[in-house]
Amino acid sequence: MSKFCYFPHTGEDIQLMLKKIGVGSMDDLYSDVPEEFLFKGEYDLPEAMSEQQVREHLETLAAANTKLKVLVGQGAYDHYTPSVIPYICSRSEFLTAYTPYQCEISQGTLRYIFEWQTMICRLTGMDYSNASMYDGPTAAAEAVRMCVACTKKRNSVIVSSSLLPNVLDTILCYAKYSGVNVVVSGDVMRDVAEGVLDLAGVVVPSINRWGIIENHDGLAGLVHKMGGLMVEYCDPSALAVLKTPAEWGADIAVGDAQSLGLPLSYGGPYVGFMACKADYMRKLPGRIVGQTTDASGKRCFVLTLQAREQHIRREKATSNICSNESLLALWCTVYLSLMGPEGLKRVNDLSYRNSHYLYRKLLATGKFEAVFEQDFLKEFVLKPLCSVEKLQQALLEAGFFAALMTEEGYVSFCVTEKHPLEELDRLVNVVESIQEEGV
Amino acid sequence: MKYYDKLIFELSKPGRIGFSLPECETGANIPAKLRRESELVLPEVSEPDVVRHYTNLSQMNFGVDTGFYPLGSCTMKYNPKINEEIASLDGFRALHPLQPEQTTKGAREVIASLEKALAAITGMKRFTFLPCAGAHGELTGLMLMREYHMKRGDSARRKVIVPDSAHGTNPASAAVCGLDIVVVKSKENGLVDVEALKPLLGPEIAGIMMTNPNTLGLFEREIAQIAELVHGCGGLLYYDGANMNPLLGTVRPGDMGFDIMHLNLHKTFSTPHGGGGPGSGPVGVNDKLAELIDIPKVSGFHGNFGIMLRAYAYILMLGKENIALAGKLATLNANYIKESLKDCYKLPIDSICKHEFVFDGLAEPNGVTTLDVAKRLLDYGYHAPTIYFPLLFHQTIMIEPTETESKETIDGFIEVMRKIAQEALQDPELLHRAPVSTPIGRPDETTAARQPIVKCEC
Amino acid sequence: MSTIKEGLLYSESHEWVKVEGNVAVIGVSDFAQSEMGDITYVEIPDEDECVEAGEEFGALESVKTSSELYSPVSGRVLESNKELEDKPEMINEDPYNAWIIKVEMSDPKELDALMDAEAYSAIAK
Repeated sequence: MSKFCYFPHTGEDIQLMLKKIGVGSMDDLYSDVPEEFLFKGEYDLPEAMSEQQVREHLETLAAANTKLKVLVGQGAYDHYTPSVIPYICSRSEFLTAYTPYQCEISQGTLRYIFEWQTMICRLTGMDYSNASMYDGPTAAAEAVRMCVACTKKRNSVIVSSSLLPNVLDTILCYAKYSGVNVVVSGDVMRDVAEGVLDLAGVVVPSINRWGIIENHDGLAGLVHKMGGLMVEYCDPSALAVLKTPAEWGADIAVGDAQSLGLPLSYGGPYVGFMACKADYMRKLPGRIVGQTTDASGKRCFVLTLQAREQHIRREKATSNICSNESLLALWCTVYLSLMGPEGLKRVNDLSYRNSHYLYRKLLATGKFEAVFEQDFLKEFVLKPLCSVEKLQQALLEAGFFAALMTEEGYVSFCVTEKHPLEELDRLVNVVESIQEEGV
Repeated sequence: MKYYDKLIFELSKPGRIGFSLPECETGANIPAKLRRESELVLPEVSEPDVVRHYTNLSQMNFGVDTGFYPLGSCTMKYNPKINEEIASLDGFRALHPLQPEQTTKGAREVIASLEKALAAITGMKRFTFLPCAGAHGELTGLMLMREYHMKRGDSARRKVIVPDSAHGTNPASAAVCGLDIVVVKSKENGLVDVEALKPLLGPEIAGIMMTNPNTLGLFEREIAQIAELVHGCGGLLYYDGANMNPLLGTVRPGDMGFDIMHLNLHKTFSTPHGGGGPGSGPVGVNDKLAELIDIPKVSGFHGNFGIMLRAYAYILMLGKENIALAGKLATLNANYIKESLKDCYKLPIDSICKHEFVFDGLAEPNGVTTLDVAKRLLDYGYHAPTIYFPLLFHQTIMIEPTETESKETIDGFIEVMRKIAQEALQDPELLHRAPVSTPIGRPDETTAARQPIVKCEC
Repeated sequence: MSTIKEGLLYSESHEWVKVEGNVAVIGVSDFAQSEMGDITYVEIPDEDECVEAGEEFGALESVKTSSELYSPVSGRVLESNKELEDKPEMINEDPYNAWIIKVEMSDPKELDALMDAEAYSAIAK
């Protein structure tokens, strides 16, 4: 029997335990497995490495990625992470805890989820928030299902074609199998007004795939008149300055909280959020933490409204969601605590200033044309007048990930508080230096 | 653990800040019609306030690093620290998910190597990493099941069979995927009743969802016959990987006839539970479905890459030499607890178990319930087992120790469980009141559910 | 020991029916509420919705369980007891007065399939 640093058993321990069980060997513990299923070959796995070898191997792989200045968003935003956050989130009492079913020894987790729910409600203006979702796109897909659950016998949801591509993909994927009739619309107002008989809801973005801040004036009233619910997909960081889902009249707010200081981490783990008006609270999927008291009257927190959930309702549950992204909800909660109202506004002010600075400078190079007139916050698209391939290559060589090509043939940029004006000047210089052949 | 009664909002004082950002002369020049009108009320606290507050909160929490979690079906094994360091390497952490391929060679190699390793361990052909949790994996797997039948023009298959002992997520995932659930009963010995299964099979069956070993910790010995029957009627077999741990390095789901499966990287592959996530629930398929693997777009980018990194580091540490030991030691620990306690707790099915097993309450309850036992364990510094699941018994106590617990830890737990059985006879009132030494006592859950308070009004 | 009120009809899924002419007043039995424990929420259909005998029309929730409500008769919901939405504990306190819905029956013959108090006492234990 080999020794291994995560396994505490000595040979003697094993013998004593086998004796108590009344079997002769470890293999006897598998006597209930039919012989044909005991794997006889050799597993095609690497040989065990020492911890140092593992570290070196993965450091080599990490180094095989190119470190770039990231000026692309599209659902993953490069905001600054204050150093306090990883320190707190790596505390093993948070990191290695299970879902807080045993509330007497989980008040730490339950309290920060309660704080998260409060902050999400304050950012969005909604009444109820859950403990988090896997990510923004899945939160949007669940919101579509929730619209159907909240409006009896209605099964059609109109979703705006201006939503981020990965949000649309995920909504369509879920709907394909669950049977919800999802209509992708280039003009949500018009399509709602034209009247879909069984409209359950609409999903529109706060900031769309081209970075434009959308104006939803009058939409909620119309959707409600037609019997549906309004869902807004938003960037919670931007809600410090943008009209909230509640102010637009939305019933459900969803989005990805990655913009609240989560590292890019090649796309995950991120954390979705989902909040709603009081009327729909019983159909909100996922965990919810509530405040109560213990027998001695002390304030305490518990998982509540659990009868909605899969472990009780099984196939009749509002969703199959079980885990959420608790640790990342903590991450964002600490971020929002540090930022406060003033800091979060500052992040947006800086992002706005920097992105508009780059926008003007890029247009001034003569290598782009403006596409939209509408207002943007930190993300924007331009129509390239030069070879996109060359542009992207030149930027990459200078250490920038920027000018991501969109489906329409535009190039997309995103600028946050992390990108000082000098860095943006450097980027513009790279663009200016591109030589066009035959022009 | 000491009770600490603050919320971050209660530490707030106007004028304090916890951020350090450059000044910005021009405010965001957003037109009034698009601007937020209501005041944003967030805490105004300093950095040291934040650090102390969350440190105090953490001290009311129990984790794997604090003590033993005999939590059935959750596989609360040790979370290696090297994994955390690997996941926080800047070369991975700073990568944008849409970066061009030539700039993400290392990340893509990690994913490809992890896929290859999981395929070797499970006997599957391909994996998708998009699912972010086990239940998310189930949903994805069922989408693939439906996709398989639809591609063959077999669209009438809209029913999925689920044993009565299944995890609650199984029927819930099937419902979300637009499938109807047919329940198949277990026999007295806790295994799926093959005779009861037979009449359920037919042209409407998309497949069966099973976990093996099942939620009673028992190996479904008739799996070969079940596979033959389900395949014979044109259905597929889905393997719920929540209980994969005892089979690591010994049995492959693919060899048992399963076509689709998910793994919980946060259970079997040692990544931390994080108080309820983030997890990762990759889905594997065999040859029959390999070409369909990329169809379900169930999350935003490439899945929970940070969790995949941790699981990959764990597999490299174990290597082919040690992987089987993990499952065997977990099985050893479970059987040892079962044999050491079956005289004072009711063992409804007395046979060899795998990584977990269930008791049906105390042998002599004296009015003491499973909930009382669970709460009393907290007083002794242990997490409670999973209770009242599976639903086959009234007083279920489901115990899963995992391989990273020593004989000394297990013996300590056994001693306390025996002591609680004694207390039940001598002073049942003490157990009804438990826990008494935790930061809070039993909460009033009824009021919490009748008049929910889910956000701070301060 | 739960009480079973005389003069009512009962279903196997533990709903009671009080017949008032063409109207069925529906609630859940004392046995059902005691099995549930503290009821925390009652999901009730809106007025004018149609219910079918043997089909689900709502649900009871407690802290750790939930239980679907099945209509003993078919018809149109005349009235639903909205007071229960705020005071679900009424079902625990007085199950035979805490009616849930009143249904205008489309087929009173369906009542024949229900049990009287005596027959129900054999299953409510």
